[in-house]
Amino acid sequence: MKTENQKAWFFVLPVLALVAFNALIPMMTVVNYSVQETFGDNVFFWQGLDWFQQILRSDRFHAALGRQFLFTFLILIIEVPLGIAIALSMPRKGFWVPVCLVLMALPMLIPWNVVGAMWNIFTLPDIGLLGYFLNHVLGISYDMTQNPIAAWVTIVTMDVWHWTSLVVLLSYAGLVSIPDAYYQAAKIDGASNWAVFRFIQLPKMKTVLTIAILLRFMDSFNIYTEPFVLTGGGPGNSTTLLSIDLVKIALGQFDLGPAAAMSLIYFAITLLVSWLFYTLMTKDDLN
Amino acid sequence: MAKITLSKLRHSYLTTPKSDSDYALKEIDLDWTDGGAYALLGPSGCGKSTLLNIISGLLVPSEGQILFDGKDVTALPPDQRNIAQVFQFPVIYDTMTVYDNLAFPLRNRGRDEATVHQRVMAIAEMLEVTEMLEQKAAGLSPDNKQKISMGRGLVREDVNVVMFDEPLTVIDPHLKWKLRSKLKELHQRVKATMIYVTHDQTEALTFADQVVVMQLGEVVQIGTPVELFERPAHTFVGHFIGSPGMNILPCELQHGAAVFAGQQIALEGPIQGAAEGKTEIGIRPEFVSLADHGLPAIVTKVSDIGRHTVVECEAGGCRINAVTEGAAPGKGSAVHLAFRQDMTRLYVDGWLATAPANATGEQGAA
Repeated sequence: MKTENQKAWFFVLPVLALVAFNALIPMMTVVNYSVQETFGDNVFFWQGLDWFQQILRSDRFHAALGRQFLFTFLILIIEVPLGIAIALSMPRKGFWVPVCLVLMALPMLIPWNVVGAMWNIFTLPDIGLLGYFLNHVLGISYDMTQNPIAAWVTIVTMDVWHWTSLVVLLSYAGLVSIPDAYYQAAKIDGASNWAVFRFIQLPKMKTVLTIAILLRFMDSFNIYTEPFVLTGGGPGNSTTLLSIDLVKIALGQFDLGPAAAMSLIYFAITLLVSWLFYTLMTKDDLN
Repeated sequence: MAKITLSKLRHSYLTTPKSDSDYALKEIDLDWTDGGAYALLGPSGCGKSTLLNIISGLLVPSEGQILFDGKDVTALPPDQRNIAQVFQFPVIYDTMTVYDNLAFPLRNRGRDEATVHQRVMAIAEMLEVTEMLEQKAAGLSPDNKQKISMGRGLVREDVNVVMFDEPLTVIDPHLKWKLRSKLKELHQRVKATMIYVTHDQTEALTFADQVVVMQLGEVVQIGTPVELFERPAHTFVGHFIGSPGMNILPCELQHGAAVFAGQQIALEGPIQGAAEGKTEIGIRPEFVSLADHGLPAIVTKVSDIGRHTVVECEAGGCRINAVTEGAAPGKGSAVHLAFRQDMTRLYVDGWLATAPANATGEQGAA
């Protein structure tokens, strides 16, 4: 007979209390809003799942969700290969290692709203370094406040600049953990550079890359500050990502019910995609 | 398969070596005959791995040449030398199956699949891994992983030399013995030149026909296990090989005879050359016996190591070990030690300075 000791649960209690205060309780207030309607004065009316239906059927939500997926897809497809490429070309030992690491880490140390403001000024057509250069030196019409394509290029470039380092640092950590013997054996086995990457470096980076992609997915899917400061969601609605739209509904229109319902749907999508991705990536390791 | 010649080889990890001590490898001239089983034995940092990496081409020596069958390969990269190397930690390609792992070196060289299949099956059978061929290599136990990395070396039919860099380090003790005899068996079957690097004397002596003992970047002695045991060319070899190691006793020379602790000790034969410098008597504990006459000593420790007893004695301020069978005297008792004359050597500045009394090595009186 197997004896089970239930005392271990006591050790989980402090964490449970902490999570309750910083996640569960605030989230329950959102759940509370999502099923009710209010006209102020703390008077609420039961609304059931109406808000959820309304959000799920709204074209505005679909458009924002589409933009959100597009944004996340674009930054992942750029940042992951670029990050791996940079990590591969970084020195493994010697004087330049700390220099490279510090340079790589710098963009990540800058606060989100500062990044937004920096890129806003950087790209202003008349006074910004990049904006002026493109418009007045190269003669390319570039104004992200007027042109949706320019706005998209700018927010994607900004995110790549800000966050590729994360992929670089994590990939680099994976790379330096590979013992020299692997490279030596591959040399003796006559493996090409591609084979070394495909069969040694990539498998050894898999775990950290999974984490890097997961972090970049969650962060980019929930991104708010940088595009808000940079474009404010414009021109028009062209860069209105999910979080920006959510804030517009919640604080601009003060539609607490729909905003709460949207938050929960938003959260569920993030959770679902993360879970799917992580499960698929770690499936092989289990058996 | 090839004969390997190292000619005036020197290596330093510094770009501008100044003194002799800047060299990880001091000048080495060596011939490895085709099909031999060699061991490179020495303590950590003696330069044996450096030498191995130079032979495999992972390292380009500062000076000197490496010849395979008389052809200079010093500048060739590892994949063009047709060598195989097994590393301390098993190197396997995690994402591939065992079959693909074994096939990898052949496929990289563009062999057709029929040849690949035939070679892989032959090697798998030899290594007794046939039933694991379809498994992912990542899930194997360390000894099987090491077998696979060995197999990747052996799978190429044109391999010049297979090198082992302390391959049993991560293997469980009870499997070490199995894998070691497997290696020996493989050597007899494939008849490739094999070089085995280790700091473990048991591994070296059981695997190799010829053992190369290294110390501080220098080859101290090359010989069969028996030669290393019976006639160490240097006190280092005497000390490093054997358990316990050779007794090394500082002595004085008086009229051509060695004197230790006031006693004249009979040497195996005449002293060669001018015996100037630090003189020491070297004798293995196996050839020291407890006798009625001889060097007076006090027993300080007795250890029973199974079939034998190691009696640790003190005489003339030195520790002398004697290996005896049967009952040993208790601690503190006074004994006399007899040295077997034909096994008593004289070392000058560490190097062997006596020659056997005659060519046949007739046994002298104890």
